[in-house]
Order: sequence, then C-alpha cells, then structure tokens
Amino acid sequence: MYKIKVEKRLEIPRYFPVLIPLFSITISLILMGITIWATTGKFSNALEAYKEMFSWPFIPECGLSDTIQKMIPLMLTGLGLTIVFRMRIWNIGAEGQLYLGAMATTWGALFFLKDFQSPLVVPILLILGTLAGAFWGVIPGVLKAFLNLDEIVATLMLNYIAYYWVNYLIYGPWKDPHGYNFPLTAMFPEHTWLPSMGDTGIHLGIFIAFGMVVIVYILMNKTRWGFDLKVIGDNEKAAKYAGINTKKNIIFAMMLSGALAGLAGAIQMLGVQHRLQHGFSPGYGYTGIIIAWLSRLNPWATILVSFLFGGLIVGSEQLQIIMRIPISLINALQGIILFSLLASETIFRYRIRIVKR
Amino acid sequence: MGPLLIMKNVVKRFPGILALNKVNFDLFEGEVHALLGENGAGKTTLMNILYGLYRMDEGEIFYRGEKVKIHSPSQALTLGIGMVQQHFTLVPSFTVAENIMLSTRRFEKNVSDVIDRIRKISKEYELRIDPNARIWQMSVGERQRVEILKLLYMNAKVVILDEPTAVLTPQETRALFRAIRLMIENGAGVIFISHKLKEVMEISDRVTVLKNGEVAGTLKRGEYDEKKLARMMVGRNVVFQIEKKPANPGREVLRVEDVRALNDKGFTALNGINLEVREGEILGVAGVAGNGQRELAEVITGLREVSSGRIIFYGKDITREDVSKRISLGISYIPQDRKEIATCPNLSIAENLFLKSKERTFWFDKRKILDTVKTLIEKYSIITPDPLQPVKLLSGGNIQKVVVAREFELHPRLIIAEHPTRGLDVASMEFVYRSLLEARDRGVAILLLAGDLDEIFTLSDRVVVIYEGRIVGEVEPDPSNLEKIGLMMAGVVDV
Repeated sequence: MYKIKVEKRLEIPRYFPVLIPLFSITISLILMGITIWATTGKFSNALEAYKEMFSWPFIPECGLSDTIQKMIPLMLTGLGLTIVFRMRIWNIGAEGQLYLGAMATTWGALFFLKDFQSPLVVPILLILGTLAGAFWGVIPGVLKAFLNLDEIVATLMLNYIAYYWVNYLIYGPWKDPHGYNFPLTAMFPEHTWLPSMGDTGIHLGIFIAFGMVVIVYILMNKTRWGFDLKVIGDNEKAAKYAGINTKKNIIFAMMLSGALAGLAGAIQMLGVQHRLQHGFSPGYGYTGIIIAWLSRLNPWATILVSFLFGGLIVGSEQLQIIMRIPISLINALQGIILFSLLASETIFRYRIRIVKR
Repeated sequence: MGPLLIMKNVVKRFPGILALNKVNFDLFEGEVHALLGENGAGKTTLMNILYGLYRMDEGEIFYRGEKVKIHSPSQALTLGIGMVQQHFTLVPSFTVAENIMLSTRRFEKNVSDVIDRIRKISKEYELRIDPNARIWQMSVGERQRVEILKLLYMNAKVVILDEPTAVLTPQETRALFRAIRLMIENGAGVIFISHKLKEVMEISDRVTVLKNGEVAGTLKRGEYDEKKLARMMVGRNVVFQIEKKPANPGREVLRVEDVRALNDKGFTALNGINLEVREGEILGVAGVAGNGQRELAEVITGLREVSSGRIIFYGKDITREDVSKRISLGISYIPQDRKEIATCPNLSIAENLFLKSKERTFWFDKRKILDTVKTLIEKYSIITPDPLQPVKLLSGGNIQKVVVAREFELHPRLIIAEHPTRGLDVASMEFVYRSLLEARDRGVAILLLAGDLDEIFTLSDRVVVIYEGRIVGEVEPDPSNLEKIGLMMAGVVDV
C-alpha cells in the first residue's frame, strides 16, 4: 500500500526566496485571467489583457515614466515596512503615515513656506513630511512598547484618522477657492516642486528613494542596531536577556517606518501631485505591505518588486481604459498575490512524499 | 477487592530521553496514593498518560479489572478518571456553572438543576463556591476548587491532583485536605502529586517515589518517614567524577540582601533571600525546581524587578541597573532554557555567539565576527558544518556549547549557571563542568542553580538550600549531608 506523507522540510532550499514570490505572482495572474475570461466570456480577452499588462507599463514611449513615478512611493513605504516587519511588528499604518506626510508637506508648501524663495525649501518640505509620518508611526510604537497595545489595530485606526483629517482639510479650510468646489487644495507654488528630468515626468524623488534603499540596507545589515532588530524579531526573550532595550527599539523602528512612509507622501506631493487632493494614493501604504513581503524584507529587492508593482498599477489603469476592466479587479489581484505568497510560504515548508507502507 | 486502577510497565519515550521506564502504579478505592519525586522525575508524565493527554509507548492500564485504552481526557472522564492539572482549564468569562456544564458535554435544559447540584456537592465536600460567580473574578485557590467540583460533578472515581498545593495558602491547603478526606470517605481514589514531603506525610496512605522515570519504591503508611522518603527522592547516582582543586576564595563579588520579588503569576517567588558569592568559588543553590531559583537568577541579571532588597556587585549597589549595564559589569548568565531564552533559533551560530557584547559598537562587522567565530567553534568544539547555519539545527549539547562559549568569552566576573547541563549527554556535561571549574580557578565567582544534587556536589564549594524563595540553610558539600539537604529541599527546616 502507498501512503502520501506530508513532512516538514529540515532546510529551506536556497532558490526558494526567488521561487516563492514568482510562484505566487504567477498563480494570481492565472486567477486574474480566468476572472477576465469568465466575466467577458472570451478567452482572447484574457490573453489580450496579459499582453497589455506586460507591455504598456514597460515601454518608454507609453507607460514607463508612469511606472517609475508609481514605483517611488511603493519603494519607500515598502522599505519602511521592511524595518518593522523584521522585528515582527505589523505596522499596517503606512497609508496613514503617508497621508500625514502629504498633509504636513502641503501645509508647508501652501502656508508656512509659501513666500520663502530658497533652494532649501524643497528639502525642508521633505523633512516636514518625514517628521509628520514619523510622528504618526511613533504613536502606535509607544502604545505597543509601554501598554502592549496591539499595533495592528492601532495603526489601522490611525489610517482612518489621517484619511479623514486630510478629507476635512481639502473639503474645508484648505479647499482651493478657485477649484470649482472640487476636494483639492490650491496648486503649490512652483519653487516648492521637486525638479523633474526633462519632460519625462520622472522627478528627483527616484534618487531619494534609491538613497533610502542604501541607507536602510546599511542600517539593517551593517549596524549593531539592525542586528538588535533581528534578534527582537526572532526571540524577544533572548533580546531582553542580551540586554537589548526592546521598548526603545520598537518605538525607534516604528518611527523610521513612519518616516519613510511620510517621506513617500511628501515626495508624492512635491514631485507628482503638486496639490493635496482626494484619493491621491491608490493605497500605496497597503501595497507597501505586499512589496515588503515579496522582497522578503530585503531592501535591494524592493527596487525590483516596486518597479513590477508600479507596472501592475499602470497596466491595470490601462486595462481600465481600453478594456473596461474595473480597477477593483486589480485590487483583488494584489490581494491574491499576498494571499498566495503567505500560503506558499507555509506550504513550501513541507514536502509531499509517497511512501510504501 | 482488587485495585481500582493498575498501570503496568508503562514506558514513555520523548525525543532523546526515556521519560518513564517500566513504571508500575496502582490505586485502591478510598485511599490517597502520593506520587513523590523531583522535577523531571516523570510524575506528571505518568498522570498525563492516565488522563489521555499522552500516549504510552508500552504498557497496560486496567480500570476496575478491565483493560482500557485511554486516548483522550474526555474518554478518561467518561471512565471516571479526572485530573486537576497545574494549568487550569476554565473559561474565564464563564460562570462556575457554565464551566461545569461545558465539561459535561451535555446540553442541560434546566440550569437551575445544575446550580442546585453544584451547591449540594460544594456543601458536601466543604468546597465553598458560588455557582454563579465568574471565573476571572476568582483567586487561584477558588479556581482550583472549581476544577475539583467539576470532577466531583462528573462522578470521577479517580481524582488526580497535580501539585495542587503549589498555588495555595496554608489555609486553603487545609481546606483542600479536608475535601480530599471526604472524597476518599465516599469511595474515590485520589492520586496526589507533590514534591513537598510534609504534605505527603500528612495526607497519603501510600507513597510511590519516582526517580529519573523509574519507581524508586512504593511504601505504605507506617513504612516510611521523612528521612527515608528524602533519601529515595534524591538518592545519588554518580555519573562521573571530576577532579577539583580546593577553592581559593577572594573578594566578595555578589551580595544579595533581603531580596523579595514576584514571579510571572504575581505570587511571591523570592521571600527575603540573602546570599553572597566570592571570587574563585562556586556557590551551589540546591532546591526543588520552582522554589525561586529562576527568579533569583533573573533578579541578579536585571531581567526581573525586585520588590524590595538590594543587590550588591563588588560593593556597588546595582539593584536599579538595567540588563545591558550588568552585562558590561561582567555578569554572565547561562539560563536553563537555552532555546527559549539564551538563543535566537533562526539566527546563525555566528550571530548567536555575538548576541551579547560588553560594549555596544555602532557597526556590526560580519566578516570580523566570522573570523572570531571560527576560533570559538574550535575552542569550544562546537560541531557544525557551517557557522552560518541556524542555531536551531544544532543538537541540545551543541546549542549549550554556543551559550557557554558566548558567556565565557564575555570574560565575566560572575557567572550564573542555571541547571547548565539539563538534557545534555555525558560528554557535553563534562565539558560544561570543566569550563565552570576552569573559570572558578581563574577567579570568577559562580552561582550554580542546579536541578539535581549530583551537579551540586560535583561542583560546589559551598551549598545553600532554597525553599519557597528563602535560603533555609547552608550545608557542606559532602555526600554524608545528602539526606539533610533532601529534607531541607522538601521543606523540613528543623533538621
């Protein structure tokens, strides 16, 4: 008699970190194809959708600059989450931290530094957004460290506060008086904009993002602090035993995580939007969670993954235009990717063997 | 009439150890049969098998003369075998009556009937409890009463009590003993697990002593006294002899002054403890596990706050210093739980060797570390193909070597070693012993919190006995004092 035996792998093969993300993306793309096929009734539609998704976002004359533009906030939020996820702190508040960063930058650009003509304006505004995001990250960090309040709930709720706060401002006091009553602020003065490269629409933010990758990489892998985070993530008891101040580190990591999301919001304001408006983020903070996981918490990998995801967002917008496929399908797709990623993380830890009884 | 219950030649293996080796145990109606033994002797394992929580590898169980196979606690309860475990199994937000109904697994239409019956039983056994009170509002003693009521409600004929007095005040203990006597009057058999000699002497009709998974003997009331039981419980089996130079104690390194502290559950763990350790000596602290050893180690290393008292290190009060400060002062700690506390399972051997450091540098230079690690792996003969392997893939002995290597390489002035050889094979054990003795000869002060007396006698230059968070006496580490130590460990102070 034969028996199927499921057993735990003793060692995870080296190629798994690459295989698992690819596997989960493939699965979700297949599911997406099936959905398109089922809803439109034509198999060729699914094929066309694939073609569109894999070409348009990556062709320079078409969507490439859009892709890179979207890649920047994804990279930054993903990087920030990499830091805290390594300690097993589940910050899902990058969206709120990004909103707060955008809000602070907007305040700086429209009111605080409106008439301050200086090359320092842009850096100051970026720092302003970064600080605001950091502040929004510190709150749940402190609550977690001192009251052991669940960070998932705290960060999630803070997202709503940030979101509605921004809504209040753009529907109310900050609304552009010449904006035909649309929920948006006035355009920022031009001296506050992040310089773009030619007419590509790609702004200097990309270099800031790359710089952050290097900084986060060094911080996480080359310093004692990064090592401490790893220890806390793997075994908090051991961390305390080794004399690591877990409370301080939790707060500090949440602060950095929030700072990077806040910076993403600031860059988005100064480089792309030039005004705060309703729904300016298609969920960059939430997608950042997927970016961090698909990169397997490796800062360098966030570059590639956020590029692909930028493409995914641009491609799906394109599908929306030419094939009338609803954007919610793409949101579902992103969800499926994370889902199958988490599932395969667990499933691949086992192997199936057929043994003779 | 034959026994109510017979367990015959029970064998249970856990990975790497033989937990129970052909254990025989029986119980008659109307008696209290105590299971006595040190921690790790196999008492709870044996009872978990009877209660269906573990499966035995070999052996048989007869209940009322019939052979039974017990696969689950609910099956055990159906038979009439119930157990009050050390960790209670009650739903905190439910009332007493609701909890009892939950465990009967029957839908009771008429709750007031249930409540009436609980009242009746609680009166009969003098276990005062309000059936409508909610569990979360109750003290530990009351919760235990609920657990016992639950078993009585289900007409359990065999009642297993696992260390029931560990969480009780003396008054509550008296009430528990009264209830136990009423139970046996009504024809139940009670199995009483304990390591406290006094209580065993008071309540039992028979005593079975377990040692290292084997029955050291079963004695009837009248055949035993405290001394005899103590000897059976801690009886010494020499594993190996190790050469030891006479100690050459120097300055006082550590002084613990009247320290009090709570354990994780909020009970008193250290109750005014005093001791001092000098350079170049090993102070052994003997005691049954759970008498405050862990808390003592944690208080000295800074992992646990004291409620009162002082900790002096080289004449300086360090009571308020944090863990990392104490590490940099030269306090090393080899905890009992090498996997839970002393290492990060998924980090590499190299990283685990560098978990602690005396000074915090900003940079973490992996290449430099790896060079040092290679020499450490050789020096401490850690057997591994690759220092970048996760530490969890190592054997217990090798993990312990990683911990020992790390703690020794910090060049400590005080080492706290808590049961440092638990679960190790003889070779690794000898390695740890030699390392500790070498450190001592270099002038390091060592506080040894050992589980078994063999270790204490092999290593210590002085021995103190800890009981319920207090030092109850000091004894020469001489084999002739074995019995005396055994009695002190079991709470008989006036020897």
